[in-house]
Amino acid sequence: MKAFDFKKLILPFYAVIAFVFLLLPIAYTVAFSFNDSTKSNAQWQGFTLNNWLQVCVRQGVCEAVGSSILIGVISTLIATVLGTMIAIALVRYKFKAREAVSLGLFLPMATPEVVMGSGLAAEFFNLGIGQGYLTIIIAHVMFCLSFVVVTVKARVQTLDPALEEAGRDLYANPRRVFMKITLPLLMPGIAAAALLSFALSFDDFIITYFNGGQTVTTFPIFIYAAATRGVPAEANVIGSAVFFLAIAIVLFVQIRSSLRNTRLAKLK
Amino acid sequence: MAFGAFAHSTSDIKHKNASQKTGKIAWILLAPGLAYLALFFLAPLFSLIAVSLGSIEAVSLANQGFRYGFNIQNFAQLGTDYLPHVIRSFSYALIATAAALLISYPLAYFIGVKLRGRPLLQRMLVTLVIAPFFISFLLRTLAWSQIFSNESWIVHELQTLGLLAPDQYIIGTPFAVVFGLTYNFIPFMTLPLYTTLEKLDIRYLEAGADLYASPRKVFTKVTLPLSMPGVISGTLLTFIPMAGDYVNASKNFLGSAHTQMLGNVIESKYISEHNMPIASALSVALMAVILIIVGVYVKRTGSEDLL
Repeated sequence: MKAFDFKKLILPFYAVIAFVFLLLPIAYTVAFSFNDSTKSNAQWQGFTLNNWLQVCVRQGVCEAVGSSILIGVISTLIATVLGTMIAIALVRYKFKAREAVSLGLFLPMATPEVVMGSGLAAEFFNLGIGQGYLTIIIAHVMFCLSFVVVTVKARVQTLDPALEEAGRDLYANPRRVFMKITLPLLMPGIAAAALLSFALSFDDFIITYFNGGQTVTTFPIFIYAAATRGVPAEANVIGSAVFFLAIAIVLFVQIRSSLRNTRLAKLK
Repeated sequence: MAFGAFAHSTSDIKHKNASQKTGKIAWILLAPGLAYLALFFLAPLFSLIAVSLGSIEAVSLANQGFRYGFNIQNFAQLGTDYLPHVIRSFSYALIATAAALLISYPLAYFIGVKLRGRPLLQRMLVTLVIAPFFISFLLRTLAWSQIFSNESWIVHELQTLGLLAPDQYIIGTPFAVVFGLTYNFIPFMTLPLYTTLEKLDIRYLEAGADLYASPRKVFTKVTLPLSMPGVISGTLLTFIPMAGDYVNASKNFLGSAHTQMLGNVIESKYISEHNMPIASALSVALMAVILIIVGVYVKRTGSEDLL
């Protein structure tokens, strides 16, 4: 019998520990969403479903989530349209100053949030624009844009131009080719970009705090403000719900595309 | 670059685009987005410079004493009053980046190289790596601050074991802040490492082993050099947001008055004290350092690979 090789177990074992570390605060947050906490949610008091069942009853958590969703949806719509246009141009067209454009799109992803946040706030101050929903949405579109470009670009690169040529050969006008061929084929990438953009907007704290956080309470602003006196368990409920929803969406997409790949492999 | 990992179908089909047209249409597609970034990303950087050179007459509550001008003393304070914060920002970020790299590399290697040929499992594990992104950044930082709180089981055990003095705690120490930074930005390190390691041709490693190189030598001479692009972009993607972060070091989360970083000063000067010139000067300085780092990176690898 071959001697059992312990060395082979080191990496898998390490991976398990690393995942426990990565997932521990998530488990903690979910667990404490069930904590029977009348005053503080810092210590475990006992199990209850009340936080989940009556999440909107007190504390203003739901109003904050409402603001976050509103801001997220509007910013995502604008960022997705602008970003998709740029992604198509980057892959499909030749133009001068490509290097400069790439750099210009990369920089917002590489700039610390405090710098973007305080910079935009300084600009609004210089222009005399009061902070509120509008300034938050302007800020969110700005930092989501580059992420949309990167995500959609990956999809445009996989697109076979022959399909569009076939459309043109069959006398479809450019508009029709775009609406009937290009856009449907790009949809998975655009949807992924929109989801990512919404997630970034929904979770943003720093930039929001500088550009309207004093007048509009989004979900992260709510948590930050509550952190001084103790964050209520209702915030954990919202955080956990968002987490499970996001995981469900991602797993659904992955399993579906993996099934499709095995089907395609069988066809070949 | 690294963010390609977010899009699930990045197959490497590179068509020679027959339909590549020059000029006009490209700019029609680019113009709105680029104009937007010019207005709300680039222009604000200049606004920062303008405000950083201004002054305030008296610290008032409503920004009223602000005057534009050309005062460089806001920047001079960087080397005096705010030197500790500058040093903390960059040293915490540096240590946390190194820690994130050490933790991420074996994990990315395991998923990308050892699990080759099991794509569904690979994808599931990558999803687990980015799972922390799906829960609010503030909530997961808060979770750590409660796991390590002064009343927590861990602190109690460490004190009983004598590893911590009875009046010593974890929260509020540089260790806690670096720990939080490391944790929060690990996915930014693991993803780019995974994308390069996943494409690594295993035959190179086998060739090394066939030529009687020890596993250690194969790693330092073959694996590591080949995965350098991932190491570099991962380092960039973690170091920059870490250096500007202020949530982890904030008193209500993992830090204390002794762990304040540049971001904390910018926040408190700007929002609580309305001292915009100082806050802007600090932001300008931070941005300058970041631009230098990005500049070196672009010079080494070219800007085509940036996106």
